[in-house]
Amino acid sequence: MVRLTVNGERHELDLDPRTTLLDALRDHLGLTGAKKGCDHGQCGACTVHVDGRRVLSCLALAVAQQGREVMTIEGLALGVHLHPLQLAFIECDALQCGFCTAGQIMSAAALLGEVEHRRELSDASIRERMSGNLCRCGAYPNILAAIRRVRT
Amino acid sequence: MRPFTYVEGVSVADAAAAVHATPAAMFLAGGTTVVDLMKLGVLAPDTLVDVHRLPLGDIELDDRRARIGACVRNAQLAEHPEIRARWPVVGEALQSGMSPQLRNMSTVAGNVLQRTRCPYYRDPHSACNKRVPGSGCAARTGWDRDAAVLGTSPRCIAVFPSDLATALAILDAIIYTRRGDGGARRLPFDGFHRLPGDTPERETILDHGELVTHFELPDLALARRSHYFKVRDRASYDFALAAAAVALDVERGLVRDARIALGGVATRPWRCSAAEQSLRGKRAEPAAFRAAADLALADAVAGAHNGFKIELARHVITRALTELAIRPG
Repeated sequence: MVRLTVNGERHELDLDPRTTLLDALRDHLGLTGAKKGCDHGQCGACTVHVDGRRVLSCLALAVAQQGREVMTIEGLALGVHLHPLQLAFIECDALQCGFCTAGQIMSAAALLGEVEHRRELSDASIRERMSGNLCRCGAYPNILAAIRRVRT
Repeated sequence: MRPFTYVEGVSVADAAAAVHATPAAMFLAGGTTVVDLMKLGVLAPDTLVDVHRLPLGDIELDDRRARIGACVRNAQLAEHPEIRARWPVVGEALQSGMSPQLRNMSTVAGNVLQRTRCPYYRDPHSACNKRVPGSGCAARTGWDRDAAVLGTSPRCIAVFPSDLATALAILDAIIYTRRGDGGARRLPFDGFHRLPGDTPERETILDHGELVTHFELPDLALARRSHYFKVRDRASYDFALAAAAVALDVERGLVRDARIALGGVATRPWRCSAAEQSLRGKRAEPAAFRAAADLALADAVAGAHNGFKIELARHVITRALTELAIRPG
C-alpha cells in the first residue's frame, strides 16, 4: 500500500509499481488538474509539489513517494479564495487552451517560494525559472505578466 | 512499461547486493532517466532497487574537499553557497541544464550516469549498438546533427549529455562506490566514463550492482576561477550543442595553469589536456584561447549534419576562457 497525503488528505492506495504519481492522482484519486502532456518530463504540464518542491509527477513512481505530502492545483486555493497566482492568471489572460495552466501555476507558486526577495525577480529570471513549463499556445508574455503581478 | 518488482533499499550494502544478485535489476534514485526510458521501452529492468532514501543526501565541506552524497539533488548542489564560491563551474553547469522541476528530482549520481539523448537510442525500433549490441547504428546514416564529433567509434556516435560531468572533468573529482560483493572502490573521474569503441553499451567502468555513494571534489585553487559556457538550440532548458567547462590561473597576464573540458560534442566527458598545456605561459587573451581551441578540436570528425559543431566548439572554448579571463577577482 502506498500512503500519500494529497492536498492535506491522507490516502492509502493499492497500486501497480508502474503507476506514476500523475496517474495515481488522475486515475485513482480523481484529481485531474495536473495534466499529462508529453509524459516524458519535457513539458511541465504535470507539475505538482512534493514536500514543498515542484516536481514532474509523470516521472515520479507513486510507490517511491511513500509518506510524502503532495499538493496539486486543486489544493492551492484557500477554500473559496483563489490563490493570488490563480487570480493573476485570470486577470492577465495568461492562457489560451488552458492545458498547461495548472502546471504553469504550480511551477510559479513554487518559484515564488524559492527566492528570498520576490521584488528582485527580473523578467529574465522569471523566464529562466519557468523554462520547464511549455505553452504551445504561446501565452508566455501574459504568463510572465501574471507572475510579475504577484511578485510585487 | 514492463512489470517490475519495486524494492526499497534499506542500506547501501543491501541495495548493492540486491542489484548484484539480479541480472536485470537496476538502481532507482530520482527516476528522471530510468522512468522515462522504461516508458519508451529502452530500459526494461525486472527489479528496481530504490536508493533515494539511503543516507547519501548530504554535502560535507572542509578546507581540503567537498564530499557530495550520490543522492544529493541537483538543485541542492546548484544552490549551495560554498560550492558556488569554491567550484563555480559546478553551479553554473547545473543551472544551465534541466528545468527547476528536474533539478529538484534528479540526483548528482543520476546526472553523471544519465543516458544519451541520441534519438535512435531512445527509439526501440531503430538500430542502436548501445541499446542492442550488434544491431548497428542508425545515426551514422541518419539524422546525426546532434551526434558527437570527438571520441566516436564505427559503432557509436552518441553524445554524452551531462553538463555536471563536463564540469567534474576539470576538477580532479573522485567517485566512491560500494560493490555488490561488499567491496568498495575509489575511482578517478578521468576514466570513469568509457569510450564507445566496440562496446558502446558499457558506458562506465561500474560493475553490475556497483552503487555510486559519494563524489569528492578536492580543494583546488584554480577552481575558484572556473566557468561553464553552453550553447543550445533554445535559450533555456535544452541539451548542449557545445559546452565548455574551464578554469584559469592567471598571474600578471600570463596563464600559469588552465583546465578545459568539452560537453555536447563527445561520447564521454572530454578533457582537453593538450589545449590546456598549450596555454601555459601564454598571455591570457583571445588569440591564445583560439589557438588552444583549435588544438582541442584537432581530432574532431564530422558526419553528414554535425560539422557545424566543430567550429561552434572552438568558439565556445574561446568565449568561455575569454569571459573567465576578464571576470573580476
